[in-house]
Amino acid sequence: MMKKNNFLIAFFLFFISQQYVLAGGGEGHEKAYDPAATAIHHISDGNVYTILDGIGVTLPLPVIVYAPDQGWDFFSSGKFHPGHHEDGHESYNGYVLHHGSIYRVMDAGFPATGSAHIEGFEHSLEDKNGKKVDVYHALYEGQKYRLDARSTLDGGVLGGGITSFYDFSITKNVVSMILVSLFLLWLFTTAAKSYKKNPDKAPKGIQGVVEPMFMFIRDEVAIPFIGKDKYRKFLPLLMSIFFFILGLNLFGQIPFLGSTNVTGNLTVTMIIAVIVFIIVSINGKKDYWQHIFWMPNVPVFIKPLLAAVEIMGMFIKPLTLMLRLAGNISAGHIAILSFIGLIFIFGNAGANLSGSVIGTFMAIPLTLFMMAIELIVAFVQAFVFTILTASYIGAAIEEHHHAEEHHH
Amino acid sequence: MISLLAFTPFQPTPGLAFWALVIFLLFWTIMYKMAFKPISEALAKREDDIQNALDQARIAKEEMSNLKSENEKLLAEAREERAKILVEAKEAKVAIIAEAKHKAKEEASKIMQNAMHEIDNHKKAAMVEVKNEIGILATQIAEKVLRKELKGQSEHNQYVNDLIKEMNLN
Repeated sequence: MMKKNNFLIAFFLFFISQQYVLAGGGEGHEKAYDPAATAIHHISDGNVYTILDGIGVTLPLPVIVYAPDQGWDFFSSGKFHPGHHEDGHESYNGYVLHHGSIYRVMDAGFPATGSAHIEGFEHSLEDKNGKKVDVYHALYEGQKYRLDARSTLDGGVLGGGITSFYDFSITKNVVSMILVSLFLLWLFTTAAKSYKKNPDKAPKGIQGVVEPMFMFIRDEVAIPFIGKDKYRKFLPLLMSIFFFILGLNLFGQIPFLGSTNVTGNLTVTMIIAVIVFIIVSINGKKDYWQHIFWMPNVPVFIKPLLAAVEIMGMFIKPLTLMLRLAGNISAGHIAILSFIGLIFIFGNAGANLSGSVIGTFMAIPLTLFMMAIELIVAFVQAFVFTILTASYIGAAIEEHHHAEEHHH
Repeated sequence: MISLLAFTPFQPTPGLAFWALVIFLLFWTIMYKMAFKPISEALAKREDDIQNALDQARIAKEEMSNLKSENEKLLAEAREERAKILVEAKEAKVAIIAEAKHKAKEEASKIMQNAMHEIDNHKKAAMVEVKNEIGILATQIAEKVLRKELKGQSEHNQYVNDLIKEMNLN
């Protein structure tokens, strides 16, 4: 038994160290290993799904893109013939795949329809209003063609830039969300069925997994923050938030399944935070709005001041929700990737074997430690998001009794 | 080198936003209908059942203790009753014995009186008989005296004494 375990651990560690051989080591032959770029690539969303990283099985995903001048395009990302670093060897209808993301090439001379062979990609920095901006070029028939910015909504504020197309593809993160949702659905409906089948029996099996967490959220989060009378209405939302985030946090920790960084993606946390904001706002009682716009029981000249602070607070609350979760989970992924990156840093990107060995022996305990921490973080962050949501809802639906204050 | 400004996970993307919204809303509704509601209800029902069972157990316990105290009360009453009956029985015994003694005495005295009476009667009858006998004897003696004619005083006395002697023998 012990021997078998040791073998499994060795096998596991071998694969961890292999995980980034292609990503880091392969690149080393061309240029120096860049841990930051590697880490960011691995925690980014992508239009292909790479599992079993050491071997590098890249699964194509459906691409759904819209360009105002070109209309909708539906095709498989397999058309890009993704290779190392999830770079596509082919273009399709003017779209190319670089580092797993879809870009559009609008330069004249680049084939706007059909497939074309791409020889590679180049990266450079360009000055734009005194700021360094990343610029990518695709190499086609010996010529450099500039890639348009990725499909983002930030209008350039967060480095995205104005985009010429919109990407609605089923990406790696979307696939992960679907898989985790289906798994949770199976888990909970199975548990629900056994509750129906054996209503008077002690919980067992899946019920034993689901029930303690369910009861914990109900008894330690929903009831204390929202109140015994009103919590039922909000319980499904709190449960959905908790288990959705927890499931995705944990799914991202599983090695060789792509280590998707869904809850570390600001877009996903933003959507959940916006839903929380809407739920809080539409359920806000008169007292809640009164405390925001015209705080009772304070001198009149302070009221507008407090109103300004409270209105800001209204938006800062969901903002912190989304930043905290995305930041924590992304940071965890980056920490693990950085420790694994030690192998390549010490080994001169695979050129120096003894350095790699030293790096591996340093990286393994650090990575294992970080993974253990990340397991805790997965639970803590899901719990924190849920408990803060419950507290915001609780504050919004609370009805104050000013009766005793009126006597003063 | 990618500048850290281009931190792609933090760049909002329309596709992911759309799908995240759709998936989360679906997840929320389906989980609510198919899992959270039934589980929540089942847990609430189970908690109620447990509470009811506990309440019933407490009630049963109370009833048991009531029954026990009632039993004890009954037992105590029965003991008291027994003691009372014993006391009454003793009293009855004494009374019966006393009455019996009294009656026996009365009966005995009655018998004695009757016996006295009888004795008296017999005595009287005997007296009468004796008187009659004496009268007859006296007449017989007188007859004999008269018949034998008195030959002297001494003879006469002798004779009377003989007669008396004869009479005594009777």
